[in-house]
Order: sequence, then C-alpha cells, then structure tokens
Amino acid sequence: MATTTEVDLLDLYEQMSVIRGTEKAAQDLFLAGLVKGTTHLAAGHEAVAVGASAALRPDDYVFATYRGHHHAMARGAAPAACLAELMSRATGLCKAKGGSMHLTSAEHNMLGSYAIVGSHLPMAAGAAWSAKLRGSSQIAVAFFGDGATNIGAFHEALNLAAVWRLPVVFICENNLYMEYTPIGSVTAVEHPAADRAPAYQLPAEVIDGNDVLVVRDAVVRAAQRARDGEGPTIIEAMTYRHFGHSRTDPAKYRPADEVEQWLARDPLLVAKQRLAADGIAADRIAEVDARAAKTVADAVAAAKAAPEADPAEAFTDVWADGGAQWRT
Amino acid sequence: MADLKTPAQATAPAQATTTYRESVAEGIAREMRRDSTVVCLGEDIGAAEGVFKTTVGLFKEFGPERIWDTPISEQAIIGAAMGAAMTGLRPVAEIMFSDFLACCWDYLANEIPKVRYMTGGQVTVPLVIRTANGGGLGFGAQHSQAVENWALTIPGLKVVAPSTPSDVVGLMASAIRSDDPVVFFEHKGLFASKGPAAPPDHVIPLGQAAVIRPGTDVTLVALASTVPVALSAAQALAGEGISVEVVDLRCLVPLDMATVLASVARTSKLAIVEENPYQGGWGGTVASIVADEGFETLDAPVRRLAAACVPLPFADRLEDEVIPSVRTVTDAVRKLSAY
Ligand SMILES: Cc1ncc(C[n+]2csc(CCOP(=O)(O)OP(=O)(O)O)c2C)c(N)n1
Ligand SMILES: [Mg+2]
Repeated sequence: MATTTEVDLLDLYEQMSVIRGTEKAAQDLFLAGLVKGTTHLAAGHEAVAVGASAALRPDDYVFATYRGHHHAMARGAAPAACLAELMSRATGLCKAKGGSMHLTSAEHNMLGSYAIVGSHLPMAAGAAWSAKLRGSSQIAVAFFGDGATNIGAFHEALNLAAVWRLPVVFICENNLYMEYTPIGSVTAVEHPAADRAPAYQLPAEVIDGNDVLVVRDAVVRAAQRARDGEGPTIIEAMTYRHFGHSRTDPAKYRPADEVEQWLARDPLLVAKQRLAADGIAADRIAEVDARAAKTVADAVAAAKAAPEADPAEAFTDVWADGGAQWRT
Repeated sequence: MADLKTPAQATAPAQATTTYRESVAEGIAREMRRDSTVVCLGEDIGAAEGVFKTTVGLFKEFGPERIWDTPISEQAIIGAAMGAAMTGLRPVAEIMFSDFLACCWDYLANEIPKVRYMTGGQVTVPLVIRTANGGGLGFGAQHSQAVENWALTIPGLKVVAPSTPSDVVGLMASAIRSDDPVVFFEHKGLFASKGPAAPPDHVIPLGQAAVIRPGTDVTLVALASTVPVALSAAQALAGEGISVEVVDLRCLVPLDMATVLASVARTSKLAIVEENPYQGGWGGTVASIVADEGFETLDAPVRRLAAACVPLPFADRLEDEVIPSVRTVTDAVRKLSAY
C-alpha cells in the first residue's frame, strides 16, 4: 500500500516540478524578449492542476483560464509544445495562433484556456450536458480564479448546472487577488466560490490548494458525485501566485509577511515533506528533481530550435474546412 | 407542427403553402429526425413551443431529452451550446429576440468565432444560434432591432437570414449540418408570411444568393424582410417601364458577391435595401466590394437604403419612417434608373 502512495506522490511531485520549471523558463524567456505579449504564470498553483488531473479520467473535459499553463501540462501537453507556443514557433501547441493565454490540448480533452474572465464556466456546463446526453459518464471541470466569481457567467453556469444536475466540477483557484486587488475588498462573502454555493443548493468545499493529495482527494469525491448523477460540486482551493499577475508585475501590493507565509507552503515543499514523512529517501527526490530539470531544459532547447510560425498560417483554421474564405 | 411528409404529399405539386413560422419548426424537425446529436435549448421552447411558436411540435416529437427549456441566462445558453458543440453535439440554441444577443455577446464576439482559430484548428463548433430579428411589429427599441450587421462584423461566424418559408427549411438544414457556427436570423415581420412549402430533403448551401426576379435596368440587393419590399418596388416600377433585378442575398457570411457583381455587370446600377441602420449596416460591405471590384461596370453611384440612424421607435407611423419602405425604395430606384 505504501508503495502505491509513494509512487503516486513521487509522480505527482515530478509533474509539479516540471510545471514549476517550465513556468520559470517562461519567465526567463519573457525577460529575454523571446516571449512576446504577456504571460500569467501559474507557479504556486501546481498542486491544483496536478491533484485534480490525477483524479480525472483521460476522457474527462477540462476548461481553464489565461492562467492555464499548468492545466495544459497536467493533462499531458508537452512542455516543449507549450513553450514553443509562447515563443511563436510553428511547433506551438496552437500553431502559434493562441499564445500563452489560450493553451489548448484537445487530444488530452483540455478544451481551452479562455481569457474573458468567467466565460468558460458555461462551456464546461455544456460539455457536461453533452456527456450526460451521450451517456458517456465523462465529466467536465472548469478551473477559474477568485475574481471570476463576481461575473454573471459564473452565476448563470452554476444555476444551469444545478437545475440540469450536470456532471461538472467547478474548481476555484483562490489566490487572494484578482489582478492587483485583494479579492476580499471587492467581494461580499469571505469565500468567493464556496460561499455562493448554498444559493444554488450545491455542495462546496474549501481546501488546501497547495497540498496535491488534498486536492486529488477532493476532486475524486466531486468526480464521483458527478458520475453518480448527483450533479455539480464547487471546490475552492486556497493557493498563491509565486510571480505577479502577469508580465513583469512585481506584485508590490502583497504584504511581505503574507508572501513569506505562502512561500513556506509552496506546493513542492508540501509534497516533499509528505514524501519525507513517508520515508522516501532524499536522494530519490533529488533524482526526480534532476529528471524534471532535464525535461525542462530539453523543452527549452526544442522550443528555441523550432522554426518561426509560417505566415501562411494566419489564413488557416477559421472554418472547419481549414480555410478562411468568407465571400465569393 | 407539420408531420413527416408521406410519400404522397412529398410528390404533390409545390402549391402547398406554409408559413415562415411553421417552416422554422419544420426545418429543425427534419434535421432532428436525421441526426440524433441535434438538440435544442432556449427559453420557453419546450412545452410552451416558443414565444413566437417557432418550435411547435418539437417537444411533443422529441421530448425533454432533446428539447431543453432554460433559465433566462443568455450567457449560459450560448456558452453551454458552445461546450456541447465542442464535445459531440449539434446544439440549436434560441435567443428569443435578437436584441438579447447583446447579453451573451462575449460568446458571439470572443468565444465561438475564435476558438477554432486560436487553438490552431483543434476544436470544431458546430452550433446554430437562432434568433427573432427585426422590426415591423411595434415592439419598441429593445425588441425590434435588425442586428444582422452586428454578426457580420465578426470573422468566424456564418450569418444566415432567410426571406421565404422554403428558404428557412433549406438554409436551416445547411446551418445545422455545418461544422461552423451559424447565426440564423428569423425575421419577426415575416413569421406570418406564406409561401410554397419546402420539398423533401430541401437543402440550400450557405453562401448562395438567389436572383429572384430578373431585370435589366437596376439591381436591388435585399435580405430577409427587405426582400418582399424590393419585390413590391420592382413590381411597381415595372409598370413604369423600369426593369429591376432583385437579388436575395440569403446569407451575409459566406457573402455571395459573385452573384451581386454579375448582376451589376448586367444592369450597371445598384441599390441595396437593408433593415439594419445605415451606420455600420451590411450594405456598406457590399457597396465597398462593388466599388472596388465592379467599378468599371457601374453607370451610377451605389445607393444604400437602410434604416435611419436612430433607435427603433414604438408607434407604427414612426417605425415606418425609420425602416425603408416600398415607397422609399421605389422613389430611390426611379431616380437611380434616370441617372
Ligand atoms: C471579462 C474580463 N474582465 C476583465 C479582464 C481583465 N483581467 C484579466 S485577469 C483579471 C483578474 C482575474 O482574477 P482571478 O479570477 O482571481 O484570476 P487570477 O488571475 O488571480 O488567476 C482581470 C480583471 C478580463 N480578462 N476579462
Ligand atoms: Mg485570483
């Protein structure tokens, strides 16, 4: 029994390490001018994505936000393809037509990262509706920020999902801030997602979003409810960004002691402590760290070596026939 | 709702008439019978059969598993339709009045038309958004606008606006079978209008305009409610010896400019009749293409007859002032023909 847990947690730890490394690489590449536009890094949020993914079936649907690199990778997208997308390369996950905010890996049923806050919650409800009508026993998961709970689409989606008893799990990554504003200062309730659940008679849990096993267990329960026909669950995972909101935001608006407290609860540290408590030797963890570092280094090298996007790609993929023709 | 046609009815001559309103339900029902992945959602479309009675019979025939009543949640309706379309269904979502598209505009402007492109072609969104569009019924400024031009501004949406009952059925078939998202404008002012019923298996490809009245002096390009207006004007002008060709665009995207340019090449004069406002109306796009690519064939300026640039007023006498009428079109074409 110890072995399964041990292997599972080591594996989850490695996935989180790869995501952390990729996010750091993304930041370095941005600062070096190789990533244009913007990034919204998920360093600090890894346990939410990896823990949830560990609880899902490969055919379950995932919808994420512009802060979605971790969800794409947790579902199976290759770090090299993610970085190539950020770097406008032809080998990018979305052929360099999406960028950092729209990482999508349909082959892994990761059906998109959406940059209009809250817009994807109704979509996840719709994917769950589709699964229910097709009798596939798939479920859908929407990941969103604390800030998204104040937009109408959140409330419309929760109500629809509740009245139609859809197999969907709504997972809020509460990182205490919407952009630069503390969420508490603009929200009428303490827990922006969980405290709204009773209004829709939905069950909710507030969980430690920095403990990958806690996340996994909560999503296992919610997924089971969904598959059993008991409808949606809201999970509010408390977590924290290690970088600013986007680009080069230094996040000066966050008190130093708050940052310190949360860095001490870094999801990688939390997992390491659990591994140590389970009696996993330090050199085995170091081995995993080294392998993760190599995965990231190889991904950076592959993305850098990839060709720039072909300009002709600007005129493909508007329509299902592959083209962009709108008139005769 | 019309029943499945028996073979005897199917071979009967096309004089059987039906309404535009009945044709909406008929068009949807035909597709639902041939494809079990077609599902409908919207406010009051089920047992209530639609506030415009455009879904009569669907709930009875297909039941609650395929005809879903929704809360008044336009974002959830269209967002859920999008999620379902990305995962194996062909949803037909109703937005009761086209004015309400503004309440879920994010999905039409930012989500549905872009998701295929920005994922590098990884996802497909085969959905139809049906909506009752336009004026003429005295519903006032928030329930009467012709907003087909809103949809035309967005690359990635197909835009359909039929003018006759059989076109409703034929274009509905193509819209639902399309793997691309389609906004399907049903004109409120045409719901009660009658015409020949669609023959069995009637399918009109998207993006094919129809020359519905041939003529030699002036081309009138029209869409949905302005088609009968253009036909009446053409009829009146025929008595004065002016021969008007009427083109029913049927779709704004794909836009059949080949048919328009060919017609203008024959007549050398063009007037465009639109119900949407002149400012930003679809005729501006048609006119600019003709100016660009058909300039040599023109013998007169292109005229646009569109709604005045005011919110739609309530009283009939005021509404009539704002929307192009047979009289205003007839006057304009008479002048154009004498140019
Ligand atoms: C509808 C909409 N309004 C505003 C924005 C600008 N914006 C982007 S991210 C963001 C903050 C969102 O905060 P939260 O939901 O907590 O997610 P986080 O960034 O913390 O992960 C805002 C306001 C947007 N993208 N969409
Ligand atoms: Mg936040």
